[in-house]
Amino acid sequence: MEWIQQIVNGISLGSIYALIALGYTMVYGIIKLINFAHGDVFMIGSFVGFFAITGWNLGFFPALLLSMTVCAILGVIIERVAYKRLRNSTRIAALITAIGVSLLIEYVVIYFRGAQPEAYPKEILPAKSFELFGAKIDSQSLYILLITIVLMVLLQFIVHRTKIGKAMRAVSHDQDAAQLMGINVDTTISATFAIGSALAGAAGVIFGLYYIKIDPLMGIIPGLKAFIAAVLGGIGIIPGAMVGGFILGIVEVIVSAFGFSSWRDAAAFIILILILIFRPSGIFGKNTREKV
Amino acid sequence: MLKVEGIDVFYGNIQALKNVSLTVEEKEIVTLIGANGAGKTTLLKTLSGLLRPTAGTIQYLGESIRVKPVQSIVKAGISHVPEGRRVFANMTVEENLDLGAYLRKDKKGIKQDLDKVFSLFPILHERRNQLSGTLSGGEQQMLAIGRALMAKPKLLLLDEPSMGLAPLLVKQIFNIIQEINKDGTTILLVEQNAHMALSIANRAYVIETGSVVLSGNASEMQNSEKVKEAYLGGI
Repeated sequence: MEWIQQIVNGISLGSIYALIALGYTMVYGIIKLINFAHGDVFMIGSFVGFFAITGWNLGFFPALLLSMTVCAILGVIIERVAYKRLRNSTRIAALITAIGVSLLIEYVVIYFRGAQPEAYPKEILPAKSFELFGAKIDSQSLYILLITIVLMVLLQFIVHRTKIGKAMRAVSHDQDAAQLMGINVDTTISATFAIGSALAGAAGVIFGLYYIKIDPLMGIIPGLKAFIAAVLGGIGIIPGAMVGGFILGIVEVIVSAFGFSSWRDAAAFIILILILIFRPSGIFGKNTREKV
Repeated sequence: MLKVEGIDVFYGNIQALKNVSLTVEEKEIVTLIGANGAGKTTLLKTLSGLLRPTAGTIQYLGESIRVKPVQSIVKAGISHVPEGRRVFANMTVEENLDLGAYLRKDKKGIKQDLDKVFSLFPILHERRNQLSGTLSGGEQQMLAIGRALMAKPKLLLLDEPSMGLAPLLVKQIFNIIQEINKDGTTILLVEQNAHMALSIANRAYVIETGSVVLSGNASEMQNSEKVKEAYLGGI
């Protein structure tokens, strides 16, 4: 029953991708920008969690909340400082700026603390393993899944049931019409960055818990993978990012399980290429037609 | 109620409005007619704050709204039904209407106005849980008007409510516009369908390539040779 175990591993990895992918997709949905600095917000989240746990002796959940808060603020600052003034310029200008912000965050962190990795302390959460259908399942994987699901439900609630969520959907659909409702577009975009970045922060702490080793360039590959997950699900579509993340995580683990672990990164990019060729709008994407 | 004086509006280097002045008195229906590209939509966008004039003044209820942000203008009671309806296609009819009341906090009043909108447009009540992108063109127009009414406007700006609709529907929409007006809402109506617009309006302005070329009582305009020739198909 090894495959159940592999699926569980895939889901844990997929949870991390999905949480990061949500930020990509939300930001894309609202300002049509691929925020390449998003993976670095994830890295900052991981470090904040690390320092909170080792330096301030916070428990896992307070550290998670702190990391999410810091990342939310960071996300809003990035948008206000770097992207806001580019809202009416070409998309390529904003994209290049995003790459610039990404490099800036990475190397500012390296400048101040060096490039050496850190190790998350073990046993922050009870790590018991137990048998399920003959598979050995680690309680940490379940915690990761549980936290991810709670965050996703919370996100769905915010997006569909709250005023700010409705404003976010309105702005992403039609900025001018949203303004005519009295919606403040700047505030709404900030809120989107805050929520997306908070989720990346949570992913960062979960990543540390699961993979132990963190370093200032850790955001690059998971960031790209999450971007693929967002494209796979259909960029701009929130449930798409969740599903895309889980699929990508499971595919990677399966590829490794068949003994091609050095190919796992390649597998993700092959998925990206295939999806761009055969279904560029993603799994959940559809061409909505509007009546005129 | 609304007093626009000498405004100029530019899109980049292109001047879209030249020295435009107009007034709208309380409880009136004023219509602005003119051909495609004459600047009608530009004027409405300027009134609701989406565009900014480079010269001139806009007074609303005795206050200048020329540099006010769009939200404050909405809050002050100007609702704009944009050209092409622009409903939020990815949301249900009811969510669209909720968004119309975005700046309001009086839950009771919102509920009352929702009922009012549903009694004006019973079809919206029937389809309240449907995604608005699946509505027909006429239903979307009703939704766009209903959504604007949810803000409880004092002044309603309507941009081409007849666009792309069958004649019977146009008639229905115009009847409802009159009803809304009788309820105490002032209306500034932009139309290409000059005949319909003049038949319900008190006063009218004719706009041509960014300037007001003619204004007067709607009934007089209906009989004016110039208007007949240019906009009523020489009937």
